[in-house]
Amino acid sequence: MADVRVREDVEPSAATELEAHGAKAKGSLKRPLQMGLAAAFVLFALFGLPPLLDSYWLQIMIAVVIYSILTLGLGLLIGRVGMVSLCQFVLLALGAWVALRLHYATSIPFPFIVLIAGVVTGFIGMLIGLPALRLSGLYLALITLMAAGAITVLLRVTQFPNGGSGFFGNSAAGGATSRLPRPALATSDTGYYRYCIVVALIMFGVALVHVRSKPGRAWAAIRHSEATALSAGVNTVLYKLWAFALASFMAGVAGGLLAAAPGGININQFPVQNSVTLLAVVLMGGVFNLFGAVVAALFLRLLPALLDYWGASTELLNILFGIGLLQVLLTAPGGVVDQFPKDMAKLGRKIAGLFKSKAPT
Amino acid sequence: MIDVDGLTVRFGGVIPIDRMTVTFESGTCGLIGPNGAGKTTFFNVLSGFVKPMSGRVTAFGDDLMAMPDFKRARWGLRRTFQTEQAIANLSVFDNVLLVHEHGGGARAGRRQEVMDAITFVGLEPVATRPVESLDGGQRRLVELARAVVGQPRLVLLDEPAAGLPDEETEHLSRVIRRIPAEVGAVVILVDHDMSLVSACCATTAVLDFGRLIASGPTAEVLRDEQVIRAYLGTEEVA
Repeated sequence: MADVRVREDVEPSAATELEAHGAKAKGSLKRPLQMGLAAAFVLFALFGLPPLLDSYWLQIMIAVVIYSILTLGLGLLIGRVGMVSLCQFVLLALGAWVALRLHYATSIPFPFIVLIAGVVTGFIGMLIGLPALRLSGLYLALITLMAAGAITVLLRVTQFPNGGSGFFGNSAAGGATSRLPRPALATSDTGYYRYCIVVALIMFGVALVHVRSKPGRAWAAIRHSEATALSAGVNTVLYKLWAFALASFMAGVAGGLLAAAPGGININQFPVQNSVTLLAVVLMGGVFNLFGAVVAALFLRLLPALLDYWGASTELLNILFGIGLLQVLLTAPGGVVDQFPKDMAKLGRKIAGLFKSKAPT
Repeated sequence: MIDVDGLTVRFGGVIPIDRMTVTFESGTCGLIGPNGAGKTTFFNVLSGFVKPMSGRVTAFGDDLMAMPDFKRARWGLRRTFQTEQAIANLSVFDNVLLVHEHGGGARAGRRQEVMDAITFVGLEPVATRPVESLDGGQRRLVELARAVVGQPRLVLLDEPAAGLPDEETEHLSRVIRRIPAEVGAVVILVDHDMSLVSACCATTAVLDFGRLIASGPTAEVLRDEQVIRAYLGTEEVA
């Protein structure tokens, strides 16, 4: 399901459904009720959740928060601009690499390390996005996947910086796992979890501002059709590259945060095939609603941990994601974030109907 | 005034536009011809989507072909498409705003100008509705609103009435007729509905197999024997 855009003469399919469904892509926070729910959700995540979790589950939730920034970027690219990239997962590793390198080479404070990791990754992501000016769909997916493979090779050769000096330095004593020191105000896991939520909130804010303003309308036009965008005066080259840069910036920021996550990071955490899994969970979460990113991150990080906890093999994930993706493409183009409330409402009506029909007797 | 001089477009062995020379003076000009005559290709040349092999298009003294495609909206070129292209997931307002903000409209007074364009086509009751909730006729009007916002100089309408019921075509026709005077743009109208073309266009040009076979006052053109043979058929035209 790489090609979200389809030709007009093709039979209406799940893909066209997915396209048409973008209709509901309009800001997800429009109504006050939703705004209240979002605020309650954030407050719960910030203050309600940590006391309920032991250190293992807190570490999982830190990963969920960080990965939601990654899925947010890819969701924007797919849902709003209609472009697909399979190198986001590797850009996450690149962001972590840049952050660690900056840490060993300079004494820049943590927030700036993360910011610079985002900017550098954003720039590289934009370069990878250059073929998007000519290609779309399957070919773009392939090119970005190849780029991901190439970056992985480079990262494998250089390893994550673990204390060594110089730009490609590596310390023999340092081991394979590297970790970025956390900022002073968030050294504990709980503190760092909240820190990541704040960064994620900023990223969601950035995404929301984009979607609601001039770039968002330009993307909507590009996604609709290149000809429509051009004839409306949209500089399609600029806005496509900007979308790639923004999604990659988010991947870089997530990478920077991940470098300081519990347990540190290790080059083997970023196999290329995870890019495909990432695409699947992003589509399952829902690409037309920013909250889809959160659902996608839960799929990506919480679900494997749960399976593990229940004693099931995590290999099961590939099957679950396959079925989930099929279900999304066939029946729920808006993803879980769109389908779940609808199903709940339907269920509610059914239950209400049950009581009503019983009442007279 | 739009001056087309010796315009030729070639796709491999096909020549959809063959040495077309015509002038669109002012007001609303019709462009008619059978399917495949090169009408849409001509619009695509003006939009910059198709590069001509030779020939020039001068619009109000500017060489249109020298401009990058997306900058032509900033110059004042607007168009609609044969298959309606209103952006379904944006509201009516955002559809029109898109053209104003990307097509070089000044920031000051933007919302007012966008609303004026929406009012111009009569969509003000549904201005905040998403386009997906509108019917086909209304979507055509959204496209038309996009085409008149922000001081356009040349508006290309590619079969705006295709698939519309008569009363909606009537409304569309009234809106199109007001464009030259109230918006101040030259309109080129392509349509197969001869009553619409007659009602809107003082002058009309006829293309057949990429060649211009007639141009002049609409009534005269529609009586032209060659035009009747090539396009209209022998039946009486309304």
